[in-house]
Amino acid sequence: MRRVAVTGMGAVSPFGRGVTTLTSGLVEGRSAIKVLAELKEYGGMRTRLAALVPGVDGKEIPRGKRRSMSKQSIFAVLAAREALAQAALSETEYGSGRYGVVVGTTISSLETSESFFADHFRDKSFSRMKTSLFFKTMNHSAAANVAHFFGLEGRLLAPAAACATGCQALGYAYEMIVSGVQDVMVCGGTEEFHPLSAATFDLMNAASFRYNDRPELASRPFDRERDGVVCGEGAGVLVLEDWQSAKERGAEILAEISGFATLTETGSIAEPSSAAMQRCMVLALADAGVEARSINYINAHATATKKGDIAEAQALFGLFGDQIPVSSLKGHLGHTLAACGGLETIATIEMMRRGELIPTRNLNDIDPRCQGPRIFTAIEKQTTSLALKNNFALGGVNCSLVIRAVH
Amino acid sequence: MTDAEIISLVNDSLIEEFELESSVMVLEAEIFADLGLDSLDIVDMVVVLEGALGIKIRDDAGLREIRTLGDIHQFILQKKRETEAAS
Repeated sequence: MRRVAVTGMGAVSPFGRGVTTLTSGLVEGRSAIKVLAELKEYGGMRTRLAALVPGVDGKEIPRGKRRSMSKQSIFAVLAAREALAQAALSETEYGSGRYGVVVGTTISSLETSESFFADHFRDKSFSRMKTSLFFKTMNHSAAANVAHFFGLEGRLLAPAAACATGCQALGYAYEMIVSGVQDVMVCGGTEEFHPLSAATFDLMNAASFRYNDRPELASRPFDRERDGVVCGEGAGVLVLEDWQSAKERGAEILAEISGFATLTETGSIAEPSSAAMQRCMVLALADAGVEARSINYINAHATATKKGDIAEAQALFGLFGDQIPVSSLKGHLGHTLAACGGLETIATIEMMRRGELIPTRNLNDIDPRCQGPRIFTAIEKQTTSLALKNNFALGGVNCSLVIRAVH
Repeated sequence: MTDAEIISLVNDSLIEEFELESSVMVLEAEIFADLGLDSLDIVDMVVVLEGALGIKIRDDAGLREIRTLGDIHQFILQKKRETEAAS
């Protein structure tokens, strides 16, 4: 069975462009959450907050390529470009059929659909429809645009599992390399903010609104005073590569993806299941061939919802006890939905490389129901050999990755 | 609208839609080689020009003869005259 190296990482996050920007924002403990004034115009929702990507308009992408891209495709392409530049693979191999793409998103571009239908419903005419509409809204738009922009001609997959999308994308890409059907995968998740996402969480009483006047305090994973998710956007894309090939070409290996699991819990399409989360983590550890006690750090999904954080904390305590450090990055970044798996995996790898762990922002008073696992609140210096990355999603989807450091 | 105004409107519409530089908007500019458009763009060009000028050209066989920007101008001017004559 082949091993899988991470040789490139690219980020477009609510902190801005690039992995360095993402990492510095997290290490400095900043919040990327802001008041989004336009949300006041919408009825039926209480939250006024979002974590948007600043300063990206995509104009650096030539029009002929950009015409098929919505915002989420632009984010994915820019993140993939950074990741591929770092990986420094031979571009002559991009079209070999051995280099594939797995990039997913929660839902196809709502901004594009809204714009089209707002005009279309005036007279129900399709005469003003442009060809780009389909290419921007097809469910595999981001993956296809990444493949076409770079000429990556291997497998193409566009998983969609809401908040677990990015984590699944990495996992499925990992499995394609392990199995030998692909050698290199450009993989991750991407998300563009739309008020519908925030309204959906709000409808289910799972979006933060009590901190509308204090946005930097709004996302509070595991905290007693948390009141829900703050939706965000961005893209996190990694280059995964057959370990042996990476070694032979002298590539810098940033980390190893050594285990993956995903499973579906069918008791409820919306309620989190602590037992299912734990089963998923157990399967990921088994895939990596490691014991729970070998894990040195856990990057939790923990979105700051009432139920989700409790379910994950209980699952973590049951499996790992009270010694392994745990943190969530949603306090800094909000919940970037499909992008969070990629962005948080990148951040986890950066933590391992830097030898310091980033705590949960806004965790001042831990919810007693989240107590058990060691959820730390200040930066910790630590050599981390093995990390676990969780993401869980509406739809009953659970997803875990095991990441091994390369020291 | 005068012919000059129509040509100006056509050029402005194409510049905006396809992010073209004004300097490439010369009569002999070939729409594929010089303006960098492709078959999908041509479909969108029709939509844009129909919207800008309030005419219907999608099913006009003359579209297939267009090679240059000058051809577009002549095609549109001819179409406009036909439309005005019919009304």
